[in-house]
Amino acid sequence: MTAAVATAPPARPAAPPKRSRGAFGDRRRRQSVAGLALVAPFLVSFLIFNLWPIIWSLIMAVTDMTNRDLRSPFAVEFKGLANFGQVLSDPQFGKALGVTGILVIGGIPLSLIVGMTLAVLLNTGIQRLRTFFRAAFYVPVVTSLVAIAVVWKFLFAADGLINTLLATVGVDGPTWINEPAPAIAMLLLLIVWRSSGMAMILFLAGLQAIPVELHEAAKVDGATAWRRIRSITIPLMRPTILLVSVLMSVGLVQVFEEPFVLTRGGPLKWTTTAALHIYDLFGFGQYSLAAASSYILFLVIGAMAIIQFRMLRPKV
Amino acid sequence: MAISTFTPPAPDHLPAVTRRARPEMSVTAKVIVYVFLSVAAAGALSPLVWTIFNSLKPSIEVYGEPLELLSKNASLANYINALSDPVFLRYTINSIVVAVAQVVGNVVLSAMAGYALAKLEFPGRRIIFGAVLATFMIPGLMLFVPQFVTVASLGMVNTYPGIILPGLVSSFSIFIMRQFMLATPTELMEAARLDGAGEIRIFLTIAFPLATPALATVGIISFMASWNNLLWPLVVAQTQEMFTLPIFLAFQAQAQTVPDYGLMLAGSVVMIAPIVTLFVCFQRFFIAGIATTGIK
Repeated sequence: MTAAVATAPPARPAAPPKRSRGAFGDRRRRQSVAGLALVAPFLVSFLIFNLWPIIWSLIMAVTDMTNRDLRSPFAVEFKGLANFGQVLSDPQFGKALGVTGILVIGGIPLSLIVGMTLAVLLNTGIQRLRTFFRAAFYVPVVTSLVAIAVVWKFLFAADGLINTLLATVGVDGPTWINEPAPAIAMLLLLIVWRSSGMAMILFLAGLQAIPVELHEAAKVDGATAWRRIRSITIPLMRPTILLVSVLMSVGLVQVFEEPFVLTRGGPLKWTTTAALHIYDLFGFGQYSLAAASSYILFLVIGAMAIIQFRMLRPKV
Repeated sequence: MAISTFTPPAPDHLPAVTRRARPEMSVTAKVIVYVFLSVAAAGALSPLVWTIFNSLKPSIEVYGEPLELLSKNASLANYINALSDPVFLRYTINSIVVAVAQVVGNVVLSAMAGYALAKLEFPGRRIIFGAVLATFMIPGLMLFVPQFVTVASLGMVNTYPGIILPGLVSSFSIFIMRQFMLATPTELMEAARLDGAGEIRIFLTIAFPLATPALATVGIISFMASWNNLLWPLVVAQTQEMFTLPIFLAFQAQAQTVPDYGLMLAGSVVMIAPIVTLFVCFQRFFIAGIATTGIK
């Protein structure tokens, strides 16, 4: 934005070619035309696939729209806030929010701890294999969630690799996908496996901005490694921790693919997350209820971001 | 962010210690760090390694000996079966068509919009950039139902345009391009303007070629997003011939009947391999794209 302003006349006080006002106006007009032409494709796409659907979702949330209304969408009836009442009094939605909450509250701290540990270890000044380790921790972030959920299903099968390994140490593994707590644990492991890498990359960038001198001075004063992490690293990393935890919570509140592929929400809906619940409402053609549920979830995301900002904002 | 494993020789005219080296760790500390990192790397990579080895086993052996990594009967049979299965081939082609269209769309259209938003004065520029930022922040989950209704009203359910168009140019791509374009020197474009070049020509011959690193980042990130996407194709595709690979894998995994393990694992490798290969070759673009905005 500032770049364009910088080219205005004051930047070149004695510009050799004398340009008339008319030429300058002509130039602005050409820029306007070109600018609008270049953003036009985005603008069209935005109007059709973003703005219009947002308006639609507002309409859906306060009407009784179902899949039967697709052909004549304007024949729907106004219901006011009744959809929100219906969603909030639905025990299934409550359970879905609870399941989502467990995954968020369990998944974020675990991923933050794993990501931070890896970043701190990579930042200890080691040289050899550093790039390899960083890449290895990041590979899970880029792999297809669906494909890896399929693999998870094999690994956690009743007679799969995990239970075989547990048996070698004398533990009788559960049938992971058929029992509530093991099924949720299995999902959590998948979430942590996949999201720690992103936390690690962002933490590493933050750690590299901390001056080495601070650590050296503390070391001279006799501070142990753990003490230095607690008193220097963690406080200086607060903004990065906040960023990562907000980003992760926005993603995790919407977690869909993991339970969809791995457990299909079972057993007895104990892994049906809010997103999966909304997808199912959509699948049953309950568009209005799905839209109202999305708005409630949107409020939850906003509320969580505010709570995190309060918890993690820099202490003055 | 770039990490070189060698220390460049310090220039003579500068004091010897320009960049202070970290104090050396003790050998014990180093060993502990490396052991820990190796265990973690094994944890991160082992599911992928397991998948590759098991995809080489005959179906009946996948559940037979979970601890046995390489089977005596290892072969590429699962891949040959998968790729000679017209149904699987169709899903693969669908995935490729959607990914190619969305990569080209994102690269070209986001370069256009990003350049205009960064370097051109035109009415409504601020509002349009506001729209980019706003779309950026709307959770995807909010939009899929009304987007489906929109696509349905356009008669595009169960068609390629229906799957492709909503993801043709993402606000994320535009954001990356705009940030990059802001940093390119305006003088080059000014000079071309004084030489009488038209605005569109300046974009095509100067700004677009200069943006190669950003184009690569956008191309890679949008390929990853498109190739891995499950929800939207799942919503729009209604019949088998429009399914993409993720839909196929998801349904296979959910099947109550005993699925074809070999096909599923080969399918998983086909899903994972292109992205991991790209990642190994072009790591810095992935990290550039994700570290700037932290989008998964």
